[in-house]
Amino acid sequence: MWILVGLCFQYKAIISSHLHLLLLLHPPFFISLRPLSEKSPSSSPSLCMGSSVAAMGMVSDSKFHVLAVDDSVIDRKLIERLLKTSSYQVTTVDSGSKALEFLGYDSGNNSIPSLASNHHHHHQEVDVNLVITDYCMPEMTGYDLLKKIKGSKALRNIPVVIMSSENVPARINRCLEEGAEEFFLKPVRLSDVNRLRPHMLKTKLKTSEEQPDSASQPQAPEQQQHEQHEQHEQHEQERLRSIPLQVVPTSLQDQDRLLSVPLLPTLPQEQEQLQILPPTPPQQSNNNKRKAMEDGLSPDRTRPRYNGITTMV
Amino acid sequence: MLGFGADRLRADMNRLLALLFHQGILDEQFLQLQQLEDESSPNFVSEVVNIYFQESERLLKNLRALLIERELTDYKKMGNHLNQLMGSSSSIGANRVRNVCIAFRANSEQNNRAGCLGTLEVLEHEYCYLKSKLHELFQIEQQRVLGAGVRYPMHQN
Repeated sequence: MWILVGLCFQYKAIISSHLHLLLLLHPPFFISLRPLSEKSPSSSPSLCMGSSVAAMGMVSDSKFHVLAVDDSVIDRKLIERLLKTSSYQVTTVDSGSKALEFLGYDSGNNSIPSLASNHHHHHQEVDVNLVITDYCMPEMTGYDLLKKIKGSKALRNIPVVIMSSENVPARINRCLEEGAEEFFLKPVRLSDVNRLRPHMLKTKLKTSEEQPDSASQPQAPEQQQHEQHEQHEQHEQERLRSIPLQVVPTSLQDQDRLLSVPLLPTLPQEQEQLQILPPTPPQQSNNNKRKAMEDGLSPDRTRPRYNGITTMV
Repeated sequence: MLGFGADRLRADMNRLLALLFHQGILDEQFLQLQQLEDESSPNFVSEVVNIYFQESERLLKNLRALLIERELTDYKKMGNHLNQLMGSSSSIGANRVRNVCIAFRANSEQNNRAGCLGTLEVLEHEYCYLKSKLHELFQIEQQRVLGAGVRYPMHQN
């Protein structure tokens, strides 16, 4: 079943008009999925949920609260907009120390109930469901912040996502091993933000079931990575199956890549391999990043940027 | 039904955008910015871009000041400024500016003062060109808004 994608290059028409674009389908890929919230700001991105989430019936009314940490004004504005578009409640701060302050982190005594802990229901003034932070920040890096959060009894169940403009596999590895859920390469896109919801739901589930601490202990990093890998694949597949074909404009870059894809159904072996990749080849998900990292390759997305130069900081 | 003027303005804007993409001045990230603009945040792109202008001009000034220092050029500080400029350029889709930053950073890492001066010239030039083009783009957009006579953003029927 082949549907062609046309490039929408019209300013504002993207948002406000009814375009009759067709999608190029290269099974099992969907290209450039975007949340429905483009049309109605108040609607939540149901695309990324999949059948498993719908079954949970948890999403309903409560908005997830995301704390975004970045020393760059522009990036803060960008991430705020991305998160708000995805119907999250957003707080932005410009440093790791301010983030910890906001989270109610007490460096003296880790067991003091924090304002932001999901476990301590009697202190619900500030409830943060996810922290997304830049890696390169003066004084306290995103990695330092991650360590502090994961090292705090009160805060460690809060999922943490790291963003960085540099593609350094060792850095990515280190962050994931320390417990980061995802590692996004900047500039962060809507497709990246769409990956956040499962992490927040997972944590909410854990809290609502009130499991003892031992159950929510971080597993061995490798096992966790594999699990997350599988989870991502599962989510991706469920997402793919449940998404109605949406009219979605794509970009120049995307279109180039689409056109270069052979218009033939793939062989079963290839298909299996392809399923490991994210549904939107030009837009890197973290499956690809992690996989790339494991393979020692650099993700496609950074190649045009740095022309093969990766820097160590 | 759109007025004839509005159609023409939209065509002008598309043409300008296409040119900027073709020249590599802007890249796909700029489109991402546009896609984030909606009724609840109608001026998002111009707000972000204006912040970018302010920040970039400050950083460019700092870079020039660092290079004028004949005695001891602080390459580390230069690297920090460049990383900032690179990051923000990347975030708004200012492709060419970002690429010049990369070249600049390479010079700075080699403590190559002459090279740095050269790339600074190029950087300033690229930045000026980008700024003027984006202003042009916003002007066309502004005209469209005024011409529509309805609340921003325009709605097509």
